[in-house]
Amino acid sequence: MRRWTPYWLALPAWLWLAIFLVVPIAAMASVSLTTGNLIDGFAQTFSVSNYSDAIAKYSTQFLRSLLYGGIATVIMLVLGYPVAYWIAFKAGHRKSMFLFLLLLPFFVSFVLRTISWGFLLADDGILFGTLKGWGLLPEGFHVLATTVAVIGGLVYNFLPFMILPIYVALERVNPTVIEAAYDLYASRFATFRRVVLPLSLPGVFAGVLMTFVPATADPINAQVLGGTGNTMIGNIVQTEYLVNSNYPTASAISFTLMAVLLIGIFIYARALGTENVLEAAAR
Amino acid sequence: MPEDVPAIELDGVVKEYLSHGETVQAVKGVSLTIGEGEFFSLLGPSGCGKTTTMRMIAGFEEPTKGLVKLLGQDVTDVPPNKRDINMVFQSYALFPHMNVWENVAFGLRRKKVAEAEIKQRVGDILEIVDLTGREKRRPREMSGGQQQRVALARALVNRPRALLLDEPLGALDLKLRQQMQTELKRIQREVGITFVYVTHDQSEALTMSDRIAVMNDGLVEQLAAPREIYERPASKFVAGFIGTSNLLSGTVDAADGDLLVVRLGEQDRILVPGTAAVGDTVDLTVRPEKITISTEQPEAGLSMVKGTVGELTYLGTYNSYAVALADGTEITVFQQNAIDSSTTAERGDAVWLSWRPQHSYTLS
Ligand SMILES: Nc1ncnc2c1ncn2[C@@H]1O[C@H](COP(=O)(O)OP(=O)(O)O)[C@@H](O)[C@H]1O
Ligand SMILES: [Mg+2]
Repeated sequence: MRRWTPYWLALPAWLWLAIFLVVPIAAMASVSLTTGNLIDGFAQTFSVSNYSDAIAKYSTQFLRSLLYGGIATVIMLVLGYPVAYWIAFKAGHRKSMFLFLLLLPFFVSFVLRTISWGFLLADDGILFGTLKGWGLLPEGFHVLATTVAVIGGLVYNFLPFMILPIYVALERVNPTVIEAAYDLYASRFATFRRVVLPLSLPGVFAGVLMTFVPATADPINAQVLGGTGNTMIGNIVQTEYLVNSNYPTASAISFTLMAVLLIGIFIYARALGTENVLEAAAR
Repeated sequence: MPEDVPAIELDGVVKEYLSHGETVQAVKGVSLTIGEGEFFSLLGPSGCGKTTTMRMIAGFEEPTKGLVKLLGQDVTDVPPNKRDINMVFQSYALFPHMNVWENVAFGLRRKKVAEAEIKQRVGDILEIVDLTGREKRRPREMSGGQQQRVALARALVNRPRALLLDEPLGALDLKLRQQMQTELKRIQREVGITFVYVTHDQSEALTMSDRIAVMNDGLVEQLAAPREIYERPASKFVAGFIGTSNLLSGTVDAADGDLLVVRLGEQDRILVPGTAAVGDTVDLTVRPEKITISTEQPEAGLSMVKGTVGELTYLGTYNSYAVALADGTEITVFQQNAIDSSTTAERGDAVWLSWRPQHSYTLS
């Protein structure tokens, strides 16, 4: 049957999703509803106490993660939009070079990049050490192990994921539509506000999703650049899983985070008008 | 209406672009005057500088040299959003995220017109372009012709001093294009606004315009009413570009009053109005529909040339003959299918071609 061919062609993708997404999630869901420990073994009790306990115990880290992720996302939006705009409309024939530069950091591993920020920002490292040596900074000055360092790291690491989708959306805006607005008595700002910005919203929507979700769940930046007071939920999952071998709690936290993010995305999509966003994106 | 202040004036306008390190002159010095309420066309082949000229009128491009004036005022340095002129773009350039009503109201909103008046004016203009009831549609839910009319309404609702249209019907199929030509003419009469119309389609320009500027290679070759452009092309280029014309070249044999006698072959004798010295070579043109084809020698007092029928094409309302002269020049003749559709001559026949002296023109 001819008409089934596309479905058969999609089969590898479906299998991939089934094996590497659905199965682990199902397994994790099952683990999150067990009780016990590594030595005595885990029993499937379907008790939801893992969830209530985890939320009670780690609510600070949950809220902190959402806050850091949120602040980082806002900063990325503010920094990234103008960059995307500039590349889309002003970079001329050097567009592809700037896009390449944006992707350049990805040639170095994520962890390595974050660690090098650790070196750069160290209290007596090349940057602050030198400045302190010249007497330009007070001895007690430090950035490492602060909230600023963690959020800064998140912004640095995820910024390209904000810029690229916004760039793609702006790139698709027909330049004569912008001229038409300008012709119809709109100032430069009104042209941006009434035409360019609304048409780029699908990109903003995608960019926010692609940065907020990983930034909120990220353990590396808090671990490498943060101090004891900057622990994020990703670090807790790591510790519970890898150090404490407390699989039920780690799974319950992961699921809670997933649920919170999904609900957040849903509300966000509603607020922005998913219909408009999807409609515009489908053009 | 102030009689003598023209709506638009271009004064020695030049536009140069820098492209790959080289200076390219897109417009090489255009001066023209467009009257209030006029339907004015810029006609010429692709790349002759029509769009560039129009964009300078709209304010999107600044002339390298020269002045642009609107109603007598120099607006050369005024940006597009401050010029009382609107443009209809070739690709329509409708705002895809707004419905028809919002698209049309855009300009009035930016000008901070009161909401009640916006409602009134948008409603009125949508009625003129026959889109009442489609206010809530998005551009992409509409046909090309409808989008075209939204673009028109979006510009006209602002009651600009002039409306600039850059090949607005180029994307439509023939039937719709002809329909929209009539429609545009009606709308222009109804609103009484100056239209500057860019096209490379000569029949479109001829049917719609009050006056036409024929452009070639960054310059205006001829500026005149359609009839004059067609009947009396001022240059070889205009004659060749507008309609089908026959170009002939011969030597002046004698001057007879204000008629020149031009000789091509032995029995040929062309009479054409003009001034030239005996012995000069002149180029002249005559339209295919002005020529009579016959097998007998025409009466004296007419221009006449002898030739052999090559192709004969039946085209419904008329027959088209391709006649080769002795020197190889090919002449096209249109013969109306009047009473019966019989032809005067067949392929290979020797024929006489004749026309009245005033139907041919010497070319510069
Ligand atoms: N922005 C530009 N940069 C360089 N050359 C241009 C630019 N715009 C137009 N030109 C050149 O100017 C000439 C006239 O173009 P245009 O005004 O668009 O012609 P038309 O509208 O009659 O087809 C063309 O040769 C074109 O390549
Ligand atoms: Mg053009």
